[in-house]
Amino acid sequence: MSDLTNLTLAAMRDGLREKSFSAKELTQAHIAAVEGARELNAFTVETPELALAAAETADRALADGAAKPLSGIPLGIKDLFCTEGVESTAGSNILRGFTPQYESTVSANLLADGAGMLGKLNMDEFAMGSSNETSAWGNVINPWRGAKGETLVPGGSSGGSSAAVAARIVAAATGTDTGGSIRQPAAFTGITGFKPTYGRCSRWGTVAFASSLDQAGPMARDVRDCAIMLRSMAGFDPKDSTSLDLPLPDFEAALTGDIKGRRIGIPKEYTIDGIPAEIEALWSKGADMLRDAGAEIVEISLPHTKYALPTYYIIAPAEASSNLARYDGVRYGLRETPDGGNLIDMYEATRSAGFGDEVKRRIMIGTYVLSAGYYDAYYLQAQKVRTLIKQDFDRAFEQCDVILTPTAPSAAFAAGSKSDDPIAMYLNDVFCVPASLAGLPAMSVPAGADKDGLPLGLHLIGNALEEEGLFNAGYALERAAGFSAQPEKWW
Amino acid sequence: MTDYRIQGETGEWEVVIGLEVHAQVTTNAKLFSGAATAFGSEPNSQVSLVDAAMPGMLPVINGEAVRQAVRTGVALNCEIHKWSRFDRKNYFYADLPQGYQISQFAHPIVGEGEIIVDPVDADPATIGIERIHLEQDAGKSIHDQSPEFSLVDLNRSGVALMEIVSKPDMRSPAEAGAYVRKLRSILRYVGSCDGNMDQGSMRADVNVSVRRPGGELGTRTECKNVNSVRFVEAVIEYEAQRQVEVLEAGGEIKQETRQFDPAQMITRPLRSKEEAHDYRYFPDPDLLPLIFDDAYIEACRATLPELPDTKRTRYVEQLEISPYNAAVLTAEQETAAYFELLLNETALKQRKEARAVGKAAANWVISDLFGALNGLGKSITESPISPSQGAELLALVADGTLSGRLAKDVFAIMLETGDDPAKIVEERGMKQVSDTGAIEAEIAKVLEANADKVAQYRGGKDKLFGFFVGQTMKATKGQANPQVVNELLRKALGG
Amino acid sequence: MSVDADTVRKIAHLARIKLPEERVEPMKSELNNILGWVEQLGEVDTSGVEPTTAVIANSLRWREDEITDGDVQEKVLANAPKPMHGFFAVPKVIE
Ligand SMILES: [Mg+2]
Ligand SMILES: [Zn+2]
Repeated sequence: MSDLTNLTLAAMRDGLREKSFSAKELTQAHIAAVEGARELNAFTVETPELALAAAETADRALADGAAKPLSGIPLGIKDLFCTEGVESTAGSNILRGFTPQYESTVSANLLADGAGMLGKLNMDEFAMGSSNETSAWGNVINPWRGAKGETLVPGGSSGGSSAAVAARIVAAATGTDTGGSIRQPAAFTGITGFKPTYGRCSRWGTVAFASSLDQAGPMARDVRDCAIMLRSMAGFDPKDSTSLDLPLPDFEAALTGDIKGRRIGIPKEYTIDGIPAEIEALWSKGADMLRDAGAEIVEISLPHTKYALPTYYIIAPAEASSNLARYDGVRYGLRETPDGGNLIDMYEATRSAGFGDEVKRRIMIGTYVLSAGYYDAYYLQAQKVRTLIKQDFDRAFEQCDVILTPTAPSAAFAAGSKSDDPIAMYLNDVFCVPASLAGLPAMSVPAGADKDGLPLGLHLIGNALEEEGLFNAGYALERAAGFSAQPEKWW
Repeated sequence: MTDYRIQGETGEWEVVIGLEVHAQVTTNAKLFSGAATAFGSEPNSQVSLVDAAMPGMLPVINGEAVRQAVRTGVALNCEIHKWSRFDRKNYFYADLPQGYQISQFAHPIVGEGEIIVDPVDADPATIGIERIHLEQDAGKSIHDQSPEFSLVDLNRSGVALMEIVSKPDMRSPAEAGAYVRKLRSILRYVGSCDGNMDQGSMRADVNVSVRRPGGELGTRTECKNVNSVRFVEAVIEYEAQRQVEVLEAGGEIKQETRQFDPAQMITRPLRSKEEAHDYRYFPDPDLLPLIFDDAYIEACRATLPELPDTKRTRYVEQLEISPYNAAVLTAEQETAAYFELLLNETALKQRKEARAVGKAAANWVISDLFGALNGLGKSITESPISPSQGAELLALVADGTLSGRLAKDVFAIMLETGDDPAKIVEERGMKQVSDTGAIEAEIAKVLEANADKVAQYRGGKDKLFGFFVGQTMKATKGQANPQVVNELLRKALGG
Repeated sequence: MSVDADTVRKIAHLARIKLPEERVEPMKSELNNILGWVEQLGEVDTSGVEPTTAVIANSLRWREDEITDGDVQEKVLANAPKPMHGFFAVPKVIE
């Protein structure tokens, strides 16, 4: 790990402006780090030539005093974002070889702000997973290892992103979060992940999983880096009907660390059975830290919390079953035609060969809950419960400004340990999913370690559009927690 | 209500018909993308990445499609829903790139309404509209270009359609035909659809069932994508007959999708659509509800032209045109537009009120102009005679310059040369002669040459009067004013 | 509600996913496991509750009726498994 790759994005930015190093040097250091970390399997495609080209442009801009917010910053882009001319697969065999003729709005925004792309980051297939064990490109390995040296999962679905940021091989990365896919992997790898309000980041050009939930967001070393990244990623996009046509705040400017008088809500329903004591302990410690920083701690109630996960596991598969219907072998991606097969045979063979087990399972569930006779009992009921969950939050935010919870019910676990039990896997997102259903901004901040020294995250949820207050609360928590451990380099 | 009945072996059967008309909304760009909608083009050239359902592509609605749907709804006296929503209709087909069609299932933009139709040889009927919703068209598969493959062209994929669903209110092929014609007429007046059925911009799904007169509804079949009024009628005739035969033979009607074969004028089951469908409709999460207010509806209403029913009533009541002629003149917007230009010019030229010249103008359009256009195989928009030329001709008749007979001759020359009638009259000296002196001189010559007949007439043989009229007209080369000839002849012979 | 093997086959076909016969039983129990778990939603009283339509208050924006896209046949066909004379070719469909 070179000194350059160990800097925060903010420090890289400032160093570039001060000419302490060039964008090319910075990028080359990262390219070397990426090449040295292939054991992590964090990338699906490496694009050093693109990163270097951006670095050259950045160096010229820096020399001319015309630097943009991210000039010279080498990033990793989750493979869910379509990138023009660079294979984009969403971690799926069905899109193997697919080369988009367009650039997703989020990645285009980052590139337009001067960033370079080191490559595409591995992920759970179609963002369906919490451990990065469902990718067609193989598992991503967490740079952190268990006490006995076991291989751990990096969380999911943005596991390539979390692993790459934690391993210091990218300055920062994009993630997407449908039910926790930014926050849970951030917590599993000791980094910071931020999911903005639904509609802040355009979904245009990002492979859809569950449209009413999908939100892009940054994954980075710390809160400030996330704020810098989000400022570039977000913004109104007329090509996305659900994009919010609102001015974009300067999130970094909101980081004062002053949270005096802010009210932090502790939802009593988030105390769930089977959660490790050290997570409960970290949670109360987090509340203490925020109180010590001048915030007021209030108990709040989110009565429908226990229904959030089942609600999510109806809505997300339902939308996914429809969103993934376009992968049919006609216009792009994999095509399998059995000998003498007709169109239907082609569809069935293509989709059977192209989708992995978890994706198939979710498509099946989604197809079932939307089918004639079951729609009302499942999908419609879930959308009504979703309304109740949203109303819970509306009421809670009358009493508090930010809500504090754990990010995940455990630290990173061993690969394979939950693969046979989908529901046990789904429970990883129990604390993240409610905010997703309500479209609220939320973030995970590394706040401590478990008995084995593995990072644990605390989760902060803000009210809709109140990213600035949320960022600042996260910043205060980060400063109070002072988490600075890094995985020991073994790769 | 018509009393159209199928005479079966076991008695009479009544046919029950409902139509789902897909009308292409007149827009430049597609419903959810910025690609063009123009007819006929290189395959896959009018396709955006959205229409091809590339990963991550998203729909954004074209406001003009919304406006046209609302205007159409208002024109059909329908309830307009200020809150509506787009749903996904999920099914797999090669020319359906998303794997779903974006449509409006649970909450359409337009609700119930009605239109009045006038079938030929039957009483007018009121046909209920169930709903109108906006949806995307699919692409096109071509099956006859390759022995092994079907070829998919997405140029139509995503084109905005209005699906106009009738209630099952029609009871005869003629009523259904009249419904489609009336609907097309209104859409063209409104300008929300060009109504070109042969280019596919209007096509009907024809739902047919039979039952004992007034009895329980039977099972229906749906014949997809019928693209002419004549074919709609043929489908109904064929289906009704077929269903009666099946039922009378003790069989059952299968609820199925069929297609029409225009070569044989029969329907047959559509193999590819045979599978049981479960469309798994749900709200499209890529779109938000479609919302507008009363002011928007009123603004849409304000842009509507006078519609055919209102126009027809006005022609009858204010212009004293016969109901039949009024119906003919208002059936197509182009006809009405021609007629109204003609009427205005005619009134202006003759310094009369429109009411005073309406009947003559209507008669001229329907008998003279339509007759001529029929002969030429031209539509009214291609008429070689402009409304102002027509008005000039009518004025020449009204001021006595031309007799009815002369007017017909001038009209024929106008068709041939395109010249103005005044010019023709002037150049060819076709003016009617009303000068009594000149006519009296001719009459004197005629009577002198036919002294014997004069004697017979005076002796009581009245019907010889016609003979003297004929002779006088002949002597004046047909240019004498017949009324003047009559008067003068009566005076001369009475003496 | 629990699904039987026939329902599993039917759902797989609706979703156009070929499910080998030996996968039907395992899939059946996987689905029933998940469905059994999500069915706890049935206990929630949702009478009078509107289903969520837009999670963050927002309204549908309308595009101008302008041709701003298309005419990109090459891009449209760039990734096609079987392009043919400007079309996408698929196994022959008999209507
Ligand atoms: Mg239909
Ligand atoms: Zn339709």
